[in-house]
Amino acid sequence: MSKGTVLIGAAFVVLAFFGLPGCSNSNEAVLSGGEQVKLRSIQSRRFETNDKNKTLRTAMATLQDLGFVIDEADDNLGTVSATKLDRYAMRITITVRPYGENQLVVRASAQYNLKAVEDPEPYQQFFNAFEKAMFLTAHQIE
Amino acid sequence: MMMFLGCESIPKDALQMNEATVEQRQLQTRTFETADESKILLASASLLQDLGFTLDKSETKVGLIVASKDRSAVDAGQVTGAVVLAVFFGGPGTYDQKQKIRASLVTHPAYDGKGGMAVRVTFQRIVWDNYGTITKLERLNDSELYVGFFDKLSKAVFLEAQKI
Repeated sequence: MSKGTVLIGAAFVVLAFFGLPGCSNSNEAVLSGGEQVKLRSIQSRRFETNDKNKTLRTAMATLQDLGFVIDEADDNLGTVSATKLDRYAMRITITVRPYGENQLVVRASAQYNLKAVEDPEPYQQFFNAFEKAMFLTAHQIE
Repeated sequence: MMMFLGCESIPKDALQMNEATVEQRQLQTRTFETADESKILLASASLLQDLGFTLDKSETKVGLIVASKDRSAVDAGQVTGAVVLAVFFGGPGTYDQKQKIRASLVTHPAYDGKGGMAVRVTFQRIVWDNYGTITKLERLNDSELYVGFFDKLSKAVFLEAQKI
């Protein structure tokens, strides 16, 4: 074995330990993400209501319509998480928080298999379904 | 596993309603003539226990119960096939071994405004083979499953009312 081969071999060993980015680096996996401000605007919508409980319930009904199984919900915190299994695994968290006196901000964030969902389109689709459900509950109950 | 390569894009309909949405909603929902949400939740929790589920999470303020059960997924025919393949063709001899079934039950005041309480339940499962690899990630959509569940829930609501 030549000296060169040994060096290349050693370089691979070092790379394997320290050099491979992404999957092997837990710090990066924890802190990675899109541009904060842009992501928030893609994932959030404001609604003219201050009924947090009803909004959460509507979010849960929408997620069930979209084929998700609800994993957990917290009325105090205003969160619901759900998982969709359909040959893939998609997980989504919805948060509902007050905005001023009479409004609520609803934010959705999702992951698809091992990747964060950062495209605007899936969120647009979710909010289309959610807005319809908000309208439906508001109008059918009253 | 192909499904866990994180690089493929989201299916276009992952977050979109489709023509089956309303049908599935009806199949998975039953309305009871009561305004007492906690009574329905109690009856539902009892039924899930009857069916061998353990309760994972609940949040009564939004009408949610989450439960699951781990069961065998072994199918005699599939095992025989795997053994035959392994013996004669040197195949890996894989067969489905265990499954986790998850149930999520949500109650809400019925939208028709008649004062009833609606219950919607959805099921999904994950199946692993004898090497511990996930072979199935799926929703359970069989209509008989939901009809059977709600028949039992009607009985459970009755039993709850009778304090049995």
